[in-house]
Amino acid sequence: MSNEINVKFHIRRYNPKKDKSPYFQVFDIPVSKGMVILDALHYIRENYDSSLAFRYSCRMGVCGSCGMLINGSPTLACNTQILDVSDKEITIGPLPNFQILKDLVPDLMPLFEKHRSISPFIIRDEKELDDPEGEYYQTPEQLEEYLQFTYCIKCGCCMAACPTLATDKNYLGPQPLSQAHRYNKDTRDSGRKKRNEITGSRDGAFKCHYAGECSRVCPKGVDPAKAVQILKRQLVFEFLHLIKKQEPCQKLHGPGKGEKLDIPEAPEKTV
Amino acid sequence: MEKVNRYDNRLGILGWAFKGRWGFERYLYILHRLTGLGILLYFLMHIFVTSFRAMNIYLWAPDNFFHHPLFRFGEYLVFLAFAFHAFNGLRLIFVELGFAVGKPIEPVYPYKTSLTKQRPLFIVMMVFAAILAILGSYEFVISLGKMVGGGQ
Repeated sequence: MSNEINVKFHIRRYNPKKDKSPYFQVFDIPVSKGMVILDALHYIRENYDSSLAFRYSCRMGVCGSCGMLINGSPTLACNTQILDVSDKEITIGPLPNFQILKDLVPDLMPLFEKHRSISPFIIRDEKELDDPEGEYYQTPEQLEEYLQFTYCIKCGCCMAACPTLATDKNYLGPQPLSQAHRYNKDTRDSGRKKRNEITGSRDGAFKCHYAGECSRVCPKGVDPAKAVQILKRQLVFEFLHLIKKQEPCQKLHGPGKGEKLDIPEAPEKTV
Repeated sequence: MEKVNRYDNRLGILGWAFKGRWGFERYLYILHRLTGLGILLYFLMHIFVTSFRAMNIYLWAPDNFFHHPLFRFGEYLVFLAFAFHAFNGLRLIFVELGFAVGKPIEPVYPYKTSLTKQRPLFIVMMVFAAILAILGSYEFVISLGKMVGGGQ
């Protein structure tokens, strides 16, 4: 291939069966314009060492599997151009603030457990959810209040960049807190009070002191720092009784609001 | 099931500054903590030193222990820490109550974050901190000159 240059990749390796602590291994990779970090990792696996472990899936910045520390910055390997980072040496390690399972694979379970703890779903009357009769009504302005925070792909980059999480593993972290805010601001939801018990606790939003690193590294532009600060304002205002009680929005029953929509029957099962 | 070893990759206190390519606000975060601890240490020392008065010992009197230029310089550093901590603290109060971070927007690449939104507030606060620090420096230089010249 023409216009190739050799870039040195310093890969942090760790085999839980052999190694006590991680170490660096260096690989020379021929790089051409357009190659991403994930391509280099595949090149290493195919040409140098098939035992190199890394996690990936979609290869287009959607699934959030390939988050790793690239030249000191947590980001996705699949949408980071090698030549944008460096044309000489690149250091790749697993996401910090998580345990390493092997090589570049972190254990993201603490992230998912914290995410689960804030009830990341719309909470409504159960009867209404089991027997839906119409659509929930929401204006475009109400949608804009939380739309930015829905783009989270749970890659863990924000958690890896957070300095508070670096020293305090009990802190919820930017991802779960921004998602709590995402559902709190959804007018279809009525679970804010339940989430406030978690987000307003001693390990919740008030441990954030706006280092802003989560927003800087987020590969999807979610801006978790912004969500956490607005969440804190809401927690304070709610504590001071300065926020009106928010009722979940009502269903929209199409023309003739209040009547049951004529919902067509589902087609018969074919299997 | 076989137990799998794991390596704890938590960055710890060094992760505040050194283990990554971090941004501007992260260094403010560290400086705010350090100056806070410095002021707290000064406050504890202050209580300890003034408590000697109960035993009729005046450590802060002229020609006494705490009139050494080194302690004057330490006092000056505490003042600088106060100037930064106070105005950065005001910025943090505004930001942490969500008043200077802007409204949620559609994330379109290149992404704009709340960090750029709050930066004018940061600049204003740091200008105030600098003005206070310069005024204090003037006072410090005058008092140091008097001490060296044998005035006071």
